[in-house]
Amino acid sequence: MNILEHFGRYMVMLKDLFTRPDNKYMYGKEIFRQMNNIGVGSLLIVGIISLFVGAVTAIQFAYQLDTSFLPPYILGFIIRDSVIIELAPTLSGLLLAGKVGSNLSSELGTMRISEQIDALEIMGVNSRNYLLGPKIWAAVLIVPPLIIIAAFLGVSGGYLAAVNTGISPAMYEKGLMYMFKSYNVFIMMVKSTVFAFLVASIACYQGYFVKGGAIEIGKASTRAVVLGSIFIILFDYFITLLLT
Amino acid sequence: MITVQNITKSFADKQVLKGISTVLETGKVNMVIGTSGSGKTVFMKCLVGLFEPDSGHILYDTTDFTELSIKEKKQIRMKIGMLFQGSALFDSMTVEENVQFPLNMFTNMTAKEKKDRVDFCLERVNLVGAHKKYPGEISGGMMKRVGIARAIVLNPQYLFCDEPNSGLDPQTSLLIDKLIEEITTEFNITTIMNTHDMNSVIGINGKVVFLHQGLKAWEGSNKDVLHNDNQLLNDFIFASEFLKEIRREAANNRLGL
Repeated sequence: MNILEHFGRYMVMLKDLFTRPDNKYMYGKEIFRQMNNIGVGSLLIVGIISLFVGAVTAIQFAYQLDTSFLPPYILGFIIRDSVIIELAPTLSGLLLAGKVGSNLSSELGTMRISEQIDALEIMGVNSRNYLLGPKIWAAVLIVPPLIIIAAFLGVSGGYLAAVNTGISPAMYEKGLMYMFKSYNVFIMMVKSTVFAFLVASIACYQGYFVKGGAIEIGKASTRAVVLGSIFIILFDYFITLLLT
Repeated sequence: MITVQNITKSFADKQVLKGISTVLETGKVNMVIGTSGSGKTVFMKCLVGLFEPDSGHILYDTTDFTELSIKEKKQIRMKIGMLFQGSALFDSMTVEENVQFPLNMFTNMTAKEKKDRVDFCLERVNLVGAHKKYPGEISGGMMKRVGIARAIVLNPQYLFCDEPNSGLDPQTSLLIDKLIEEITTEFNITTIMNTHDMNSVIGINGKVVFLHQGLKAWEGSNKDVLHNDNQLLNDFIFASEFLKEIRREAANNRLGL
């Protein structure tokens, strides 16, 4: 299959997300289950990484600020904006492309080769709508709050590291409040929503259309992670270009 | 009753089904037999609509399945139950949830009614006390029984079984065969069963359709299978020494030796 055929099949798959569910209650229940898997299941790793990324960024900038004439409170300002605009959504997005992307594609791939998807179809269930819809909508709903938590932890990590490098808490807080634009939070939300959609839909596409056996599931899982990461970086560039 | 009229199916340049016609009868187990690669699974997948035949017609009673829209096909599919080769149970659900799934999806039954129905189906397949277990925690034979319970939970008119005995020991295979036969007659279902298990072919009273290289090479009752003059079928059936011996004994008995 060439790229255009893949794109066409991907679009047809997305169309089924907007068809009426066979059973709204079961669909809703599945969305909550997936929100739990994707959101709560990723909270720990996203939290730890965000905390340390914020801390490392703070140490790095504190080191560079040592040799400049900039006031020390600027550190809080730099951490805040870099975490909100870039680090929290993009790093978390890449992390989710690995964790959630591989998980979704291998789950669907296994369902495909063990004929569970065929079983749904024979029952008369629209398998794309029932299996893919809740996963994608759950990601779109749960990833933005997850990234808000990541941003909060990133800024907190920065605070802890900054205080350890000798910057006073008051200075850091002053920097955090300095020239705050709520528009940056809007950019973060746009990025996190788009990244969530990309990660989940690409993983679903790769997993749902698996043919063959265990090796193909592994390959599909790898493709989901690689393509998810590439598309996150590409869309990161375009969204930043468009919104800043 | 399912009437199959001259269906063909190809994948790329390989023609798997080369024009098969047959009638699959109600209240009977219709066994489709043949060597690996003879087209049995493709034939079954065409019947249930997982593959679209290239040509030909499939009539469920009087409704032409191949001419129906997706929505209309869904109505027919709700009358179909299917037992897959690997059972195809949903890993994330317990035995009880697996059997209850079609009821949750397509009925407005109360929780009590659903529970009663699930209990009835699990009891019917002789599976009690496994309600809360996950598919990964039960044996292959139990998984097949859960698969049968799930297939019959919506009172289907048609039951498809794709190699129900694969991977099972001979004793469990006999139990599964018996169960399928009993359910077929008890609920007057049209059952279609793909198999290469000759014990099933001989043990289950029903119709046999023999496929060879994508063509129907023979059909008849299971009673006639052992005494037929079709060379291809005989090569297939009497591949094992054990069955050759049975045939020799049967022939000797007839001759009074």
